[in-house]
Amino acid sequence: MLAKRIIPCLDVKEGRVVKGINFEGLKDAGDPVEIAEVYDRAGADELVFLDITASHEKRKIMIDVVKKTAEKCFMPLTVGGGISSLEDIRELLKSGADKVSINTPVVKNPQFVKEASSMFGSQCIVVAIDAKRVCEGKWQIYINGGRTPARRDAVEWALEVEKLGAGEILLTSMDSDGTKNGYDIELTGKISSAVRIPVIASGGAGTCEHILKVLTDGMADAALAASIFHYREIEIEEVKDYLKKHGVCVRN
Amino acid sequence: MSKIVILDYGMGNLRSVQKALEKYGASVVLSSHPEEIKAMAALVVPGVGSFDDCIRNLKRNNLDRTITEFISSGRPFLGICLGLHILFEGSEEGREKGLGIFKGKVLRFSPILKVPHMGWNSLEFTASGKKCEILKDIKDGEYFYFVHSYYVKPEDKSIIATTTDYDVEFTSSVCSKNIFACQFHPEKSQKAGLKLIENFVKYTQKART
Repeated sequence: MLAKRIIPCLDVKEGRVVKGINFEGLKDAGDPVEIAEVYDRAGADELVFLDITASHEKRKIMIDVVKKTAEKCFMPLTVGGGISSLEDIRELLKSGADKVSINTPVVKNPQFVKEASSMFGSQCIVVAIDAKRVCEGKWQIYINGGRTPARRDAVEWALEVEKLGAGEILLTSMDSDGTKNGYDIELTGKISSAVRIPVIASGGAGTCEHILKVLTDGMADAALAASIFHYREIEIEEVKDYLKKHGVCVRN
Repeated sequence: MSKIVILDYGMGNLRSVQKALEKYGASVVLSSHPEEIKAMAALVVPGVGSFDDCIRNLKRNNLDRTITEFISSGRPFLGICLGLHILFEGSEEGREKGLGIFKGKVLRFSPILKVPHMGWNSLEFTASGKKCEILKDIKDGEYFYFVHSYYVKPEDKSIIATTTDYDVEFTSSVCSKNIFACQFHPEKSQKAGLKLIENFVKYTQKART
């Protein structure tokens, strides 16, 4: 049976992991490659690097990070942030990334998904959706890292990107993100049942129970979390044991 | 040192396959030239993109014949994902004919399922899978990483090495003489995947001596 995935996410700025991390035995707590190795050993099912580098010139650093990671970690790697052209995608895939996650450029030009998926295959095109609740049962999408409302309904948008050839959706609830109060189960459930492509839920993970809930009630195919894993509030192994105990299929 | 060649389509992530092979001491080259490929000890065909694009690409460069000849020479062959699909006669994904090394077709998952079938799923070994050298020391039920929308259905059931359950019980790898081809991505399957890669490198070294 297909296992539900647990995905740690690393925010990387100019080649350095943002937020201090205290893993034992690390030579350099800010080195994304070293942290990726730790997650690899811990049994993470995939890894996401989110490049939050502001300046365009320094984006090249990410290519180097991906190359070094791919030499040491033999696990699926997704890279998001700052991708705006087919050339960017090609370069990342060539460096060792398996998927790229794209948000703003897709909203501005939906054909970009079509072009990218027909060129590289749907399987490597993840569309990131940042959604914020506007009223009961309605969510609007945001671009530019959550700064700009795009005035589009999140569920409709998810259906559209699926049709355009997205292979997966990385769904972040802006209301839950950073709260540690749990994922937005309603939003995740709505989108996950609307589309026939996998959905990764993001935003709000604080406990094992939150993850269980989004994978069961929220029907997500994967759960992404950043700070609970970074700060070692919960270990990946602990999450998997908890899920298994509650009847969710996970990889040992 | 025997050289392993990875067929280069100029697309997708070949780096992980290369690095995994190198980890076990293989000397690896990437190539799309028939003459160069012919001289190598083993051939790896990873696959990304669509079936028709792939076949057309191969035909344009005469690589379809190169693969077929390489395989019939008895040297080790490893196909991954689309590298498994092209060995069959044709695919529901397109109109082009496959290489036809194995009889059977490539089918699409039912529309009621989430497609692509993406993530970690387990392998169930067949009797021939248990004897397959490339799967040595990998335990029945082990999880591997999958990303695909189509799966192969061989006519000759004896080539099936493992099956996997995604609503349907599909063929997740085949093993026949010098050919091993899998639907999952060993280069992305952490420890279990690396074991498979190591077995392939060892098999290549043995085939040389």
